[in-house]
Amino acid sequence: MAKLTKHHLFWPVTMLVALLLFNLCYSPDFFSIQIRNGHLYGSLIDILNFGAPLIVVAIGMTLVIATKGVDLSVGSVVAITGALACLTLNKSSDQNGYTVVLLAIIMSLVLALILGLWNGLLVSLGGIQPIIATLILMVAGRGIAQLITSGQIITVTSPRFNYVGAGSLAGLPFSVFIVMAIFIIAVILTRKSALGLFIESVGTNSEASRLAGIRSKTILISVYAFCGLCAGVAGLILSSNVSSADGNNAGLWIELDAILAVVIGGTSMNGGRFYLSGTLVGALIIQTLTTTIYMIGVPPEITLVVKAFVVLIVCLIQSESFRKSLFERRKSHKNLGKTEVSRHV
Amino acid sequence: MFKKQYLPIMVTIALFMLMFAAGAFRYTGFFSLQVLLNLLIDNAFLLIVAIGMTFVIISGGIDLSVGSMIALTTMISASLVQNLGWSPFIVIPLVLMIGATFGCAMGAIIHYFDIQPFIVTLAGMFLARGLCYVISINTITINNAFYTSMAQTKIHLPGGNFISISVVIALIAIVLAIYIAHYTRFGRNVYAMGGSEQSAILMGLSVARTKILVYTLSGFCSALSGVVFTFYMLSGYGLHANGLELDAIAAVVIGGTLLTGGVGYLVGTFFGVMTQGVIQTIISFEGTLSSWWTKIVIGLLLFSFIVFQRLLTSRRTSGRG
Repeated sequence: MAKLTKHHLFWPVTMLVALLLFNLCYSPDFFSIQIRNGHLYGSLIDILNFGAPLIVVAIGMTLVIATKGVDLSVGSVVAITGALACLTLNKSSDQNGYTVVLLAIIMSLVLALILGLWNGLLVSLGGIQPIIATLILMVAGRGIAQLITSGQIITVTSPRFNYVGAGSLAGLPFSVFIVMAIFIIAVILTRKSALGLFIESVGTNSEASRLAGIRSKTILISVYAFCGLCAGVAGLILSSNVSSADGNNAGLWIELDAILAVVIGGTSMNGGRFYLSGTLVGALIIQTLTTTIYMIGVPPEITLVVKAFVVLIVCLIQSESFRKSLFERRKSHKNLGKTEVSRHV
Repeated sequence: MFKKQYLPIMVTIALFMLMFAAGAFRYTGFFSLQVLLNLLIDNAFLLIVAIGMTFVIISGGIDLSVGSMIALTTMISASLVQNLGWSPFIVIPLVLMIGATFGCAMGAIIHYFDIQPFIVTLAGMFLARGLCYVISINTITINNAFYTSMAQTKIHLPGGNFISISVVIALIAIVLAIYIAHYTRFGRNVYAMGGSEQSAILMGLSVARTKILVYTLSGFCSALSGVVFTFYMLSGYGLHANGLELDAIAAVVIGGTLLTGGVGYLVGTFFGVMTQGVIQTIISFEGTLSSWWTKIVIGLLLFSFIVFQRLLTSRRTSGRG
């Protein structure tokens, strides 16, 4: 039992299950999934579908945070890629053509990769603090996105492009498959090769890992590039889901939600250790929380207040001094003598 | 006479003058005292909030909650004054106190539980923004006599120019802040803490008190800025000052304050704010350029200043070593 509670997924999964059970109590048909026209419908499917962009961004963010960094620019990258894809489609004569849709997708992903590389270069070669380095793109990126869309909302009518975010494959939303693919790629890359270990080592001490023979700069750059690419995918899913690009509001606050998902999933902001599966659960928790708040009829604006408390509680639990102060107070009541010993356990 | 440590400030001031000169050269009617004063009038709230941010960044932290705190202040003021009919003379001290308390609480959490400022103030940002919507999701317009008179009063200067009351508040705030930063023990502690927290502890400085006070000051400044913003907008709205924390951070950085802490000047912040103001004014004079260019130009400036600082500091440390 003690082993079970120690597992890094224990608390996130418990939280998710508790949230889902609460929803079930509130509306008994929460878990029901129907089949309409060969597609599955239901609240759970909605959570997966609407949560897809957040999960993808959070996967990229996990690796960045594992290197003791943070990427604030993902929201802007989401907006930029969505804008570029929609602009490409909008400018072409046949919006539904295979080549055009493919071109739009590839171009936006390449752009997202370049933006990620830019962040990585600033952090690794420039030696600039990650918060600040990515702040530049966060500020300028919204401007760039609005520049691409000329400050308007570009709408596209392309069923093929729409399929990326709203289509369904084998009954499930297509976005779920994209998420699964990225998740599996990330897990294989980091857990079936030494790459994950390298990332954690760079996050613990990049100088020491460089001396140990790890190319810490290359690792940093590729991690940020991957995070940019993930944000690009999220941008495509989001913009294709609504068939439009809004430079101002697309992906707004998603960086904060993603960081929150990563932290809830058990990855520490101090770097050096990361849990991709934890992030997956964390992002699902946030999406379920949002759905719950909508469902029980609380004004959606209050989501922010709830999230604020979730962030604080999660951080407090992660904080060593907070746990210590709780723990030691209880200990000192019971038996004063044993505190010294128990500290090492 | 010329110290190398003043180089970033010099560059900022030179940049500001260069941009203003370029604007004057290009647009008729740009080169006037009133345009310069308008920069102050339109950016008084940004200046006040950037003062608090300067202290936080010099101390080695960051405060992301300031924009939301401004929105919350406008919201509380508007609902109390407009909906409940409270006197502004009670409401304004009250919101200032709320801001300070909010900052103090964040500072305490950052210090005692050793959580990164980034995360704690992020939670603060969510909380303040959310509380705005708890009050109301709509705009509350203020037509209270005191607020409108504060908004409309023009203080005439010789030569037919004028400034607003907000400018006076902002100027008093910056003078006070310069005094606090350079002539008080608290100011010296902030610099010491930003330079190296470990050394500050070893020197016996009260790091706990200083850190909490820095965030309290920032909370107070954002509430004060919120009051000024209320004078400016004459309304309370949950989306007011969205993203202003980034403008404030950008102003501080462009003003030459090192993001790693320990180095920075409030005069630089002043010119950082003014530089942002000039960019906006030039873009509005240009007419054909849209407002999103502001963001791109500020991003570019931010980039060049960070790289510039990086080069300066790396040369300094390598020179020492």
